[in-house]
Amino acid sequence: MFLKNYIGDIFSSIKSLLTGMKLTGYYFTHLKEIVTEEYPDNRGTLKMAERFRGEVIMPHNENNEHRCTGCQACELACPNASIKIVTKQETQPDGKKKKRIDTFVYRLDMCTFCNLCVNACPSEAIVMGQKFEHSVYDKKQLKKILNFPNSKLMEGVEE
Amino acid sequence: MLLAPDHITEEGEFIINMGPQHPATHGVLHLKIWLDGETIKKIEPQLGYIHRSIEKMCESLSYRQFIYVTSRMDYLSAHMNNQACALAVEKGLQIEATPRAQAIRVLLGELTRLSSHLLWWASTGLDLGGITPFFYAFRERETINTILEETCGTRLTQNFIVPGGVMYDIHPDFQKKVKDLIKQFRANYHEYDEILTGNVIFQNRLKGVGYISKEDAISYGCTGPTARASGISCDIRKLAPYDGYDKLKFDEVILSGGDCWARYQVRMAEIIQSLNILEQLIDNIPEGDFLAKTKNVVKLNKGDIYQRVETARGELGVYIVSDGAATPYRCKFRSPNFSNLSAIPHIAKGAKIGDLMAIMATVDLVIPDIDR
Repeated sequence: MFLKNYIGDIFSSIKSLLTGMKLTGYYFTHLKEIVTEEYPDNRGTLKMAERFRGEVIMPHNENNEHRCTGCQACELACPNASIKIVTKQETQPDGKKKKRIDTFVYRLDMCTFCNLCVNACPSEAIVMGQKFEHSVYDKKQLKKILNFPNSKLMEGVEE
Repeated sequence: MLLAPDHITEEGEFIINMGPQHPATHGVLHLKIWLDGETIKKIEPQLGYIHRSIEKMCESLSYRQFIYVTSRMDYLSAHMNNQACALAVEKGLQIEATPRAQAIRVLLGELTRLSSHLLWWASTGLDLGGITPFFYAFRERETINTILEETCGTRLTQNFIVPGGVMYDIHPDFQKKVKDLIKQFRANYHEYDEILTGNVIFQNRLKGVGYISKEDAISYGCTGPTARASGISCDIRKLAPYDGYDKLKFDEVILSGGDCWARYQVRMAEIIQSLNILEQLIDNIPEGDFLAKTKNVVKLNKGDIYQRVETARGELGVYIVSDGAATPYRCKFRSPNFSNLSAIPHIAKGAKIGDLMAIMATVDLVIPDIDR
């Protein structure tokens, strides 16, 4: 009785193994049905999802103008202080002095891509970018200034 | 004396340290194991290697901000963690998410549960010596992650739920892609049975191993599939329905085996139940707003709130004490993994050291949720 069970066990094990082998054999012979996925090396044609949160960017138009008024809503909304806005007083053409951003400092190394800053922004000045490879040789490069040099506030945003 | 002496007391006894850098613990958990030959005499889990003081951090974050931190607790059910916090804040504000937002939350929650159970299935096979199942599970998981990426923007730690609803509406392709996923999943499900569930060697490693009785599971505070495999009815989705789970038809999977094999089967059956929920809801997402109106600065009234949800691993409780300010006075998370871990020394007592892998795999611990 013991021997019969023992041999029966061996056969049922082999049968179950063969069932699994059949499946792997199926994928081995059907090369078109690929199970795994490759790292996206096709940079030219790669299209990420439109809501993908890669990094915070500040879009500028062709006249080097952005939409950031320096209201610091994103700075307040950020849970881990990755955004710092330095403002300055700028004399307008009509002689009035107004608050404008000097530097918009964004620390990518501290960012968790929670999207709260983009949600908080009242003038849609910052959006999430599509770039996903952020490795650099020096961590200082992860501290970014988002507004371009000599950029200006777009007209009509502040009203 | 609460703790036994941490040195060798008997002849022939010896101690080995499993972790903190052990691949089978899936994180930085350190188990100190007293052995007599191959038999486990005692296990002492040592925690704190990934303690980030999330509860303390919450005290300095506003009610909108503190939700994102909880994604980092049980990162495999990040969505349900966020949901628990958002529900707690909504309870304090005495508002309810819009019907559309509730449906989106349930859909995304079940997708997260599916992806979490798939990762568990993959790593169970990996822990017990089969690498191939890993790739088959990740094929479906990749599809789920792509859906989540399209709607939420991130693949793992989605901070998508805000008090009052969800951050954005679903992506236009969402419904079609989820339907494709259900079809693909149902067509491929037999492969899961063929390659791992039906394997006799795999079954023998789980059957009769790591038994925990119903009484012990209750007294150790086990929840989730671990407790349901011992015959306890503890699904929060049934006991205290939230976000419209009471309108959905699904079964609470309860088995009475109590061993690793029962825990395995509960999770495999839950995958099917999650698919059923997705199928019911995907064509019936109510129209309307996806975000209820809330004030810019959320302030809760003085008092305390407790809200629990069912994550992929069990019951997550969020306890907020408010003193009327814009930040919580105290925030406490009752995490499922911490309680489930506390049962492991009891389950593994008397088992062989090789069986500890099977026990750890089927209890399905996520270490950052233990330490928080």
